[in-house]
Amino acid sequence: MTTPPNCSGSPNGEESRHPFFDQLDQLWRNKTAIAGLVIVLSFILIAILAPVISPHDPVDASLYDQLKPPVWYPAGTWKNILGTDDLGRDMLSRLIHGARVSLVVSVVSVGIAFAVGVILGAIAGFYKGFRDTLIMRVMDILLSFPHILLAIVVVAYLGPSLQNAMIAIGIIYIPRYARIVRASVLEECEKDYVTAARAIGARNLRIIFIAILPNCLGPLIVQTTLGFASAILDAAALSFLGLGAQPPTPEWGAMIASGRSMILRAWWVMTMPGIAILMAVLGFNLFGDGLRDALDPRLRD
Amino acid sequence: MVSFILRRILMLFPTLLGVSIIVFLMLHITPGDPAELLLGERANEQALTEMREYLGLNRPLHEQYGLFLKRLITLDLGETIRTREKVWTEIAQRFPATIELSLAAMIISCFLGIILGVVSATRQYSIFDYLSMIGALIGVSMPIFWLGLVLMLIFSLVLGWLPMSGRLTIGVDLETITNFYVIDAILTRNWTAFKDVIWHLTLPAITLSTIPMAIVARMTRSSMLDVLRQDYIKTAKAKGLSHTTVIFKHAFRNALIPVVTTIGLQFGILMGGAILTETIFAWPGVGKWMFDAVMQRDYMVIQGGTIFIAGVFVLINLSVDVLYAVINPRISVK
Repeated sequence: MTTPPNCSGSPNGEESRHPFFDQLDQLWRNKTAIAGLVIVLSFILIAILAPVISPHDPVDASLYDQLKPPVWYPAGTWKNILGTDDLGRDMLSRLIHGARVSLVVSVVSVGIAFAVGVILGAIAGFYKGFRDTLIMRVMDILLSFPHILLAIVVVAYLGPSLQNAMIAIGIIYIPRYARIVRASVLEECEKDYVTAARAIGARNLRIIFIAILPNCLGPLIVQTTLGFASAILDAAALSFLGLGAQPPTPEWGAMIASGRSMILRAWWVMTMPGIAILMAVLGFNLFGDGLRDALDPRLRD
Repeated sequence: MVSFILRRILMLFPTLLGVSIIVFLMLHITPGDPAELLLGERANEQALTEMREYLGLNRPLHEQYGLFLKRLITLDLGETIRTREKVWTEIAQRFPATIELSLAAMIISCFLGIILGVVSATRQYSIFDYLSMIGALIGVSMPIFWLGLVLMLIFSLVLGWLPMSGRLTIGVDLETITNFYVIDAILTRNWTAFKDVIWHLTLPAITLSTIPMAIVARMTRSSMLDVLRQDYIKTAKAKGLSHTTVIFKHAFRNALIPVVTTIGLQFGILMGGAILTETIFAWPGVGKWMFDAVMQRDYMVIQGGTIFIAGVFVLINLSVDVLYAVINPRISVK
């Protein structure tokens, strides 16, 4: 099938297309967004296939292979392409399994924030009045802490573990989603189709979830994509501080922390996990920016 | 506008109350005896009893909160477990270091961020624009603690140009007056110390400035592009004004309004980012102090520090709002 040249504004007798396809077109033509998408998809694939593709066990210590340099050094070997850490564990395998940890962390924490934020935002926007004021005040208060501080404090009380780090990050991201949903619901509630839905006797829940929420899907998708990026960064920061993943979990932030003490002897132990974080986060940011340009016409420049 | 500012200041109280409620509840949601949590595991029975009395643990929750609030208002944040020093005193000692670092980072990021943004906007879609925007995106995608360590590896350990940690080399004398070492060095005309202080400040400040620099650059660019599209820019060009005059006198000054807001908000966020940077560079500020407290489970410090930083954050955001109202004559006051 040949794609017709894009002639915006002139239907040329074709059936008018759903705006979704125009958005898809625009996204497809955005090279940086596609680059981001490729990175994101590779990240997800690596995370899913980690046990299959990693050459060694990520937590298997080997006393004979401590701090072996990457393969391009004279002392490097093909057995450990990116070298080993102080316990002789294969860096490449740890990085690959780290993708898995980061993916789980970002999905869980963004999932918590998304679910709670959407529900709270919908309640606030739909019922207005007292419930709105209460919910949005609480959101404002959550926003009145610098967010990494709040995450650190929440983990300090709950106790350091990857699970608590995910909960903490989930909590601090709630206001982002609540605000988006509330604003859209407030706007959409005024429209005729909501009145029409009410007139045919649709219940509130149906109106909110079937009629209103699909209309704010665009900003939500954008915020979720960018949310993955910041969740990976924040989880790495918490683990770096010793508040998230505990050894021997191959988590990128924790790997940077453990590589710190041998920074001069073995730079690769500390540097490579950082590059992995940078790549994954950059992928989500590039793709998220592209999505925003395509889905949210108000923010186009 | 005066009523807007007054209303905005009044909004401060419910927000600060909310912050105090959250910090208060955190201690009570945590499983275990709050008195034991605050005093540590090695506390003796008598101290525990005194602490329970002090917190009012045998009274209903709302009265406990009342006591907590009363202590807050009188600036009584308790004592640290580690040094038995007043939490407030320790904050006062360390806060100048944090401010000094944040200000230095802010100066770097505003200076470079605005230049990058303006040049990118005036040469939209050029190589420069492309590279600086990709650079900005990389800047926000990088874990700053990792960047700090990489910079430390290159500039301190390998090249040996800059010191690795702290605020001052041991052996360099500096009479502290304000605890802002840069200012102290200038006041006492101690140029050896001045150079040393700047040397120590460089790496942490650059590290901390990355994210705000990227954000300021992006904001400046899109704001400039917005303004350059306006009709009055066309008019100014048509009048035959020089390119430089149009860019700086007509476009830049108008584009700056949203940028100032961004800068202010970033300054508040830096207070949080400082925890990571201060920890890496052993910078003796509030951030590192908080981190040490988290590691040693010194909950009095965590509590006091959280309230303090959140308070500063809220105040900065308030000033940004007020400043925005002052510099933007078009503000819609609802």
